[in-house]
Amino acid sequence: MRALTLLEAVNDAYKTEMRLDPFIVTFGEDVGVEGGVFRATTGIQKEFGVERCFDSILAESGIAGTAIGMAAAGLKPVIEMQFSGFAWPAFNQIVSHIARFRNRTRGAITMPIVIRMPYGGGIRALEHHSESYEAIWGHIPGLKVVIPSTPYDAKGLLISAIRDPDPIIFMEPKRVYRSIKQEVPEGAYTIPIGKAKVISEGDSLTMVSYGAQMKEATAAVGELKKLGVSVELIDLRTIYPYDKETIINSVKKTGRFMVVHEAHQTFGVGAELITKVVEEAFLYLEAAPVRLTGPDTIFPLPRGERYFMISTDEIVKNAKNLAFYSI
Amino acid sequence: MFEKFDPREGKKLEIMNENGEITPINEIPLMNDSQILEGYLVMLKTRVADEWAISLQRQGRMPTFPPTKGQEAIPLGALMALNQDDWFVIAYRELSGWLYRGIPLRNWYGYYYGNEKYAHLPTNKYHTFPPSVPIASQLLHTSGLAYAEKFKKTGRLAIGFVGDGGTSEGDFHEALNFAAVWKAGAIFIIQNNHYAISCPREKQTITPTLAEKGFAYGIPSIQVDGNDILSVYGAVKMAAERGRNGLGPTLIEAVTYRLGPHTTADDPTLYRSEEEVELWKPKDPLIRTEKYLLSKELLTSEKIEALKEEFLAFAKEEFQSVETSEDPTIEETYNYHYKELPEIMKEQLKERKERK
Ligand SMILES: Cc1ncc(C[n+]2csc(CCOP(=O)(O)OP(=O)(O)O)c2C)c(N)n1
Repeated sequence: MRALTLLEAVNDAYKTEMRLDPFIVTFGEDVGVEGGVFRATTGIQKEFGVERCFDSILAESGIAGTAIGMAAAGLKPVIEMQFSGFAWPAFNQIVSHIARFRNRTRGAITMPIVIRMPYGGGIRALEHHSESYEAIWGHIPGLKVVIPSTPYDAKGLLISAIRDPDPIIFMEPKRVYRSIKQEVPEGAYTIPIGKAKVISEGDSLTMVSYGAQMKEATAAVGELKKLGVSVELIDLRTIYPYDKETIINSVKKTGRFMVVHEAHQTFGVGAELITKVVEEAFLYLEAAPVRLTGPDTIFPLPRGERYFMISTDEIVKNAKNLAFYSI
Repeated sequence: MFEKFDPREGKKLEIMNENGEITPINEIPLMNDSQILEGYLVMLKTRVADEWAISLQRQGRMPTFPPTKGQEAIPLGALMALNQDDWFVIAYRELSGWLYRGIPLRNWYGYYYGNEKYAHLPTNKYHTFPPSVPIASQLLHTSGLAYAEKFKKTGRLAIGFVGDGGTSEGDFHEALNFAAVWKAGAIFIIQNNHYAISCPREKQTITPTLAEKGFAYGIPSIQVDGNDILSVYGAVKMAAERGRNGLGPTLIEAVTYRLGPHTTADDPTLYRSEEEVELWKPKDPLIRTEKYLLSKELLTSEKIEALKEEFLAFAKEEFQSVETSEDPTIEETYNYHYKELPEIMKEQLKERKERK
């Protein structure tokens, strides 16, 4: 075993699977020679050749649209949108076709495509480079949406995504691309899509988060412990289809529920999870569920970025209030 | 006139060569010496300001910044050939045109520094759009602007800029076709700097030129030496005449080279050789213009040095005003989404002010 960054784990997942499955191809802007602007595909063209890993022309609609043909004819496209904020030219192809082919053809033509995209803020980036739009993808029937938060999970989830028979939006938390290292096993292993992970067991409250936000959430759990609040922290890992069972079981135990995510609030992942909790564990709730999210504003340029991001302190404060709330 | 420079026959408009020698071409509008000098000053100011931004980025005082080094002649030559109230629609590498139009340098710095207030450019004053990061999307705006001005019969044109990579996006093709079908007064400029981040121009399309894409939409199209401000000026002047006479859009491919990295976050050694960069250095638009002006004794080396100092001091001042200016307030991050902030957003703002 060796310690890898999340980015290196993505790269490792690619290489591991591409060695096993000769039909996997990967392409996107700058992914070939340069290995991607973040270097997620470094060395892949060198090892697997230009037919299996190449620079596409600068056209996201084209990248997604051609992947459809490739998938239908038996290839396994793993495509990259350079930033999630530049996936929109491909929105039509993804929503109108990739998500719909299986249903439209009653299973005759399917879309085993992985669409990777770095997402999220906190990196002082140019406009369109900081957004978290998982809720938009999660809203589309026919797509699965996966967000790893650690190197180990990134590798296991990406391998699962590549082997999945259906299209996956695989969103990578670029803020922590290089900032965490973790032991990652050599060779192939999978982490089931649709399964959340309980990071810490606790009985004061249930907290769900995912992606880069897990960093502050995890830190908050430690702080809260000192205050006598024991948090059951759950890393959602799959946005859709999400792991209802793990969440509901936890809420039934703790009676208090909180979601923390960087993305906008309205119509967000928090809205969905809280609704589900209210529907299925209402009688167990000891306080109104809480969502701590990014604001409903356009992601600000760097000088205003701090208004968007959620700090450990804010999580602690809100969790404390929730834990000590009594009706 | 454009027919004489059919890019499909390998023709390209070149007026001033690398040595700063000018060969006028019949019927092609030519800049006079005072215009060349004026252009040179803006180019030099752009170069100095651009390099200062890079060094600020290296000092950790500026976030990611896209340099324009080597491409200064294109937006500048183009705007010099147009009126002050023709629309200027940029991608993100058009600082020279920005300065020529009289937009403060602090607005360019400030936008990249990361404060939205610097993108507040009154349209009646500048007729300029803010940087557009989603590649090629701005060209459709250009077509729309040109349509509106035609509708209003103002005689105003719209000029839109895009990179070589941008010609692969659907928006590029749609923009050309819209403007052509409408016979709108749009001018499209491709700044072919040979790379879209790491992707070389040759991998973007197999046609020998980008200019010839225009013919598919019935648009007169021309390739010019983009490192020669006179060629750019001449071509845009002719395009403007077509546009103002109701003859529709023109496509101009300005061939240049990005001497710096794609942005300060980019490492060009991964995809291009030092030898290739060396090959382009002597073709630098600034150097050749300088050669011309020196040979004409319109400028001296001492004067150039003095100007560089003056411009650097200016750039420093402009950045300082940005660096010492107030960051946006949390209210500002809310207040500009709608004319009237919806009640639900007001509530959220209030709640978040308490939270932060
Ligand atoms: C729609 C979209 N896709 C991807 C990107 C990321 N990106 C930024 S610049 C760039 C390359 C642009 O190349 P080119 O059009 O040649 O212009 P240049 O940067 O060389 O001036 C890419 C892919 C983007 N900004 N917008």
